[in-house]
Order: sequence, then structure tokens, then C-alpha cells
Amino acid sequence: MIPELGHFALILALLVAATQGIVPMVGAALNRQRMMAVARPAARMQFVLVAIAFACLAWSFASNDFSVQNVASNSNSELPLHYRIAATWGSHEGSLLLWALMLTGWSCAVSAFSRNLPDALAARVLSVMGLISVGFLLFLLFTSNPFARLIPPAPEGRDLNPLLQDPGMVFHPPLLYMGYVGFSVAFAFALAALIGGRLDATWARWSRPWTTVAWAFLTTGIALGSGWAYYTLGWGGWWFWDPVENASFMPWLTGTALIHSLAVTEKRGAFRSWTVLLAILAFSLSLLGTFLVRSGVLTSVHAFATDPARGVFILAFLAIVIGGSLALFAWRAGSVGLGGSFALVSRESMLLANNIVLIVAMASVLLGTLYPLFLDALDLGKISVGPPYFEAVFYPLLAPAVFLMGVGPIARWNRTAVPELAARLKWALAVALVSALLLPFVLGRWSPLVVVGLFLALWLFATTAVNLWQRLRGSHRGNLRARLAANPPSYYGMLLAHFGVGVFIVGVTLVKGYEIERDVRLDVGQRVAVGPYEFAFLGVTPAPGPNYRALVGTVEVRQDGRLIETLHPEKRIYNASGQTMTIAAIDTGISGDRYVSLGEAIGGDGAIAGAWSVRIYLKPFVDWIWLGAFVMALGGFVAVSDRRYRLAVRRRLGALAGAAAAE
Amino acid sequence: MKPRTRRFGWIAGGLALLGVATALVLNAFQSNLVFFFTPSQVAADEAPRGRPFRIGGMVEAGSLTRDRDSLTVHFRVTDTARTIPVSYTGLLPDLFKEGKGVVAQGSLAADGSFHATEVLAKHDANYMPPQAQAAIDKARQGMTMPSLHETKADR
Repeated sequence: MIPELGHFALILALLVAATQGIVPMVGAALNRQRMMAVARPAARMQFVLVAIAFACLAWSFASNDFSVQNVASNSNSELPLHYRIAATWGSHEGSLLLWALMLTGWSCAVSAFSRNLPDALAARVLSVMGLISVGFLLFLLFTSNPFARLIPPAPEGRDLNPLLQDPGMVFHPPLLYMGYVGFSVAFAFALAALIGGRLDATWARWSRPWTTVAWAFLTTGIALGSGWAYYTLGWGGWWFWDPVENASFMPWLTGTALIHSLAVTEKRGAFRSWTVLLAILAFSLSLLGTFLVRSGVLTSVHAFATDPARGVFILAFLAIVIGGSLALFAWRAGSVGLGGSFALVSRESMLLANNIVLIVAMASVLLGTLYPLFLDALDLGKISVGPPYFEAVFYPLLAPAVFLMGVGPIARWNRTAVPELAARLKWALAVALVSALLLPFVLGRWSPLVVVGLFLALWLFATTAVNLWQRLRGSHRGNLRARLAANPPSYYGMLLAHFGVGVFIVGVTLVKGYEIERDVRLDVGQRVAVGPYEFAFLGVTPAPGPNYRALVGTVEVRQDGRLIETLHPEKRIYNASGQTMTIAAIDTGISGDRYVSLGEAIGGDGAIAGAWSVRIYLKPFVDWIWLGAFVMALGGFVAVSDRRYRLAVRRRLGALAGAAAAE
Repeated sequence: MKPRTRRFGWIAGGLALLGVATALVLNAFQSNLVFFFTPSQVAADEAPRGRPFRIGGMVEAGSLTRDRDSLTVHFRVTDTARTIPVSYTGLLPDLFKEGKGVVAQGSLAADGSFHATEVLAKHDANYMPPQAQAAIDKARQGMTMPSLHETKADR
């Protein structure tokens, strides 16, 4: 009964979405207030309906209703409750339902926070979001019904993939989706502006906070996924340039470009067409990511089923959304105008360079991800593009962009004199350069890659400090608190995000430069020295788990003969699926991780008494990678707390047109 | 500077940057492609020597042996028509089993055996690496066209 209720709610949601997609759009075109007024209540009702459907599915999982196909395939009565609930979005159908829930959630938020928007714009934005929702709900209902019944019911479920039975997996998908789907708001704003033919600084101010929040969620989601891969896959890597990772990284790169481009459009009125194009691109890439990950074209932990109908549906949806929005762009972009001009050395030109680099980086990821698929689809051979390609492209491409990140925020809008810039930044440059050249001697080994990485990170730290100091010195008199309060949160958000990039670079550089990875064969009682530590393997003991059997190893870590840590890596065999899982034991610290994972029992003496293959890693400063990502995301959240975005921005349309003409 | 000269300046600058970036990307792409071959193709000497590539197929049942004192393992990969001996030093992924599909990256040694630098792990026990499946299908049915879904395997 409950699953049918959910199914019914989903069908009703589709009808409401269709109404939300069509009526307000027509109303805006005909300038009918009552038709436009449909948008807000429809968005809220749709959210409630999808939330009911989602709750019904979660209930089916929680209560072990194995008469539902989805539950029987992805859950098990032995699975702990929190993983049963997380299993709701652990399957293809459930994750799409989560996507729909996020989309209606964002629409609902837009309906609540759009009081200051002109009615026609709000109606069009919500209408575009309604149309996207129609596509997704159709997809859910016709190809991936999460409530499909299994007759006769299964006596027991097949279990959630053990790799997904992890706390990180509980939060990774919702956060990632918040980001992915959040770009639909920027997309809807862009389309609404194109349709209405009004694209100006005010429009940019409206779409900025939405874009920044989506970007911050996406950053957090990607960081969680990366952290999960680090400790769950047992390989100690944090990024594999795997197509499913690339699928989330492409919208992130484009979203980052969009945030910066929106800043220029808001402050200077420039880059308008470019900003709109980026908004379309960011959401299109989110959809492409969904297509790549969910359609079964790529095979991985994320791809659940290879049902051709789904692939064709998503591809068609993708073609309609991307093709339609680009056609609209081509048709209306001429009316948008170019915006202000600026000098060769100015904040605008640096942000433009940043945008170009980010988009080229995105295109190179796209090439590396899609080219093998195209070749294969055309039967021209099977190839793969691995990390060496992406590394060869990314380091030289992003290094200049990071350098500009230090200069850009200090440069003036419109025109900056180079000597003045140099004078303001000479100390930052000197400090960063000298420290980067000397620090590797302290850390152990000098290598050019480490020097470049450290220089970029220190450059970001130093320019952030210079920026803050000059701001505080230049502001009105008063004590430090008053001076700090004189700057808006968006300024601190920007500083924080750039600082986070520096933290991230420190992590990447030092792991790359100084990590030690050893795979060794260890008899019980045998010791091995890795870096400054000595690892002693004391054998494994069996231990039961809630839905698995485990062998738990004991590894003592000594430094200078003193015991500093006892680690317990595990090997689990899950009861329902019989699948083996490696659980690494990681001793985390601010200056790095000690990472131990079990391979398998080797030698003839059996699992308990015999030798094991053991993987021992030292990962200096690896946690700074995720710390940096979280600081970036935090910067985004701080930036949107700016009051400026909440002030009444409704103005007379005449005043808007006047301002646009004046630029 | 006149506005027109200025605009020309940064359009030229942007294009130069784009050109350099494109050259960089394509060059890196060209030199880092890894091609995939089936054991039959390797036996027919179609695979390159001295350049890494991937092979895929099934781990032949009963073929797995270990060196006594190191982490080196030996096994044979088959597409049911031909087999190729493979050696690998390191930890095997959780889902590596005899009689199951496998994809390995490495290069050919002088004696015709394959030295793997990487054995790719899979995410799901019920899952057959599509490349391995394709290799077997090809060997069984002659050269038929693989479907859209038999694509690059990852991890």
C-alpha cells in the first residue's frame, strides 16, 4: 500500500510539474498576473508530492518490504537501519528520485526567496524548472519506477553493494546532487533572462547566490566522494581520473568559471553572453554527468543497470535541453549586448583569463572522458585514457591560473597600472618564492614539482594576507573590529575560498612529492621499516560483524623503538553477497596519514597463521586536500550570507533599462 | 591605445593562449592513449612492443601461482581461443578470482609473456569487465561488433 501511495504521489507530481512548466510561461508571455501566480504554489505542491514519494520509498527500505523490486535488489534485512535508509538512494531508481526531490526542493526555495523578483522573471524561472522536472519525472515513471512490485515477493534482499555501506556514502550522493541540481537554478535564470530579453547587472545579482550555493554543495560532495575512494577502495589514492569522477568535475570547473564570470557581470555589466553560455553549459554538463554515470555507458559502482531504454531516454532529454537552450541562446544573445570595455591589465581581463583556462581544462577532461566512448561506439577500437594524460594537461594549465588568482583580487576593475600591481605584490612574491625554494630542504627532498606546488600555495596565502591587510589599512578609522566589519561577507568568502585552494595545493603537492607506498609480504611477527616508522604485523583474528564476517589484523607502529599506534585493518566477507571488502586502517594526522590495508593470505599456512600481503602507505599532508575543499565550500557559504543579496532589489523596469543603457 | 587596438590585443592574447593549451592537450592525449587487445590479437602479434597496452579476458582456472618469497603472481588470461601468460607484482584486487573476468595494463616481455603493472579491480562481484566480455565474445563468434555498452572498464 505504501509503495502505491508513493507511486501515485509521483504521478500527481508529474501533473503539477507540467502545470508549473506551461501555465506561468504562457502567463508571462501574455502578461497575465493570475497565470503567473500559479508558479509559486505549484512549485511548493510539487515538492511536497515528491517528498511524500521519497518518504514512501525510504519507509519501504526501512521496513524491509522485499515485495518492492528496488528494495529486494538493494537491501537486506541484516543491513543496519542507517544503511537501509541510505540504500534509498543507493540504487539507480532511488538516486533519480533523490535527484527529482532535490530539483523540486530548489524550485521550492526559489519560490520562497523570489519575493523581490519581477513577477514575469520569477514565473519564467519556475516554469523552466518545472519543465526540467517534467523530463525527470517522465524518466522515473516510464523507465525507472522505484516502486515496481516484485511478484512473488523475495524472501530476502540481495543486499546493498558493500562498497556503499559506509558513512561517506550516506552523505556523498545528497550533497553532490544538491550541487548538480543547484545549477538548474542558474540555468533557469539564464533561460528566463534570454526569453524576457533582459540580462543585466540585477539579473546577475539574483543568480549569483544560487550559483555559489550550488557550487559549494558540489565542492563538498566531490570532496566526500574523493575521501570515500581514499579509504574504501584500499588503494590510498584520492583521485583516479575515473570517468565517473570526471563527470562531477566538469560541472565543477564550469561552475567555478560561472561564479567568476557572474561577478564581472554584476559589478561591471561585462561578459553577459559568456555568463549565460556558462550557465547553460554548467547545467548541461550536470545532465551529461547523470547520463554518463546512470545510463550504464560507463561501468562502475555508480552504474546500476544497462537498460538501453534508459540510455536513449536520457540522451534524448540531453539533446532537447542542450539543443533547445543553445538555440534559444543563438536566437536571443544578440539582444543581450556586450557590456563595458576594459583594459588589457585589469581585474576583468584576469577573470577572463581564469575563465578561459577553466573552460579549456573542462574541455580537456571532456575529451579524455568521451573520446574512448565514441571510438568504442563506432567500433574503431578500445582505448583508455588514464591519469598520465590528465596530469600532463592539468599541471601546466592550472598553474598560471592559480598565479592569477593571487593577482586578480588585488587588481582594479577596468584598468590597473602594472607598476602599481608590482609594488603591492612584491613582498608576497618574495616571501612565497624564497620559502618555496627552501621548504623542500626541511621536508627532505628537493624537486621542481614540489617547489612549483609550494610556491603556488604560498603565493595564495601571501596574496590573501596582503589583500586583507591593504583592505583593513585603507578603510575608515576605528578599531580592528570596526575595520573588519566594514568589509562585506562576500569579500571574506572570496578570501576564504582562495585560501582553501592554497590548502588544497599544499596537500596535493606534498602527497605527490613525499608519499611512500610499499606492498610487502609479512609473516606473523615480522617487521618492516617504512620511512621513519617500523611496522610489526601481529597476525589476524576472526571477528563477527552485523552482516559480515571479518578478519581483523593487528599492526603495531613504532618510531625510534617507541610504540606510537596500533592499527587494525580488516578484511570483510559480506554474508548476503559473498563479496570481499578491504577496510584500511588509517591513522590520521594534520601532518599526514599512516595507512595500512590487508591484501590476502599467502603462503600455505592458512589465513590465521600464515603470511599476508600487506599494503603500507605514508601519506604526508593528505588530509589537507579535503580540508582545502571544505574551506573553499565554506567560503561559498560565507559569501552568500551577504546582506546585499537580501536587500530589496526590485526596481522600476525603466530604471533597469536606463542603467543598462548607461553602461 | 585605441579601444580597437586594445580589443585586438586581448583577442590575440586569448587566441595564443588557447592555441598553446590546445597543442598541449592534444600532445598529451596522443602520447597517453592506452589501447586494448584481446589474447587472440596478442597471439597474432597485433599488439605493440615497448608500449603499454591493456589485455582482457578470463583468468584461466587453475593457472594462478605465487612466488614463495615475493608478491609476484603468475596467471594466464584467456579469451577461450588463445591464452597469454601474465605476471604481476603487488596486491591483487578483492574481486580477482580464477574463472572470472580481468583487465590488466602492462607491456609484452621479450619471451612473449605480459608484465602487468596494474590489475584492474571491479566494483561488483556479479560484474564482468565489459572489455573482458568483449574479448571472449569476439573469440567465440569471430569478429562481431561489440554493443554500445561494452565500453571502457574503470577501476
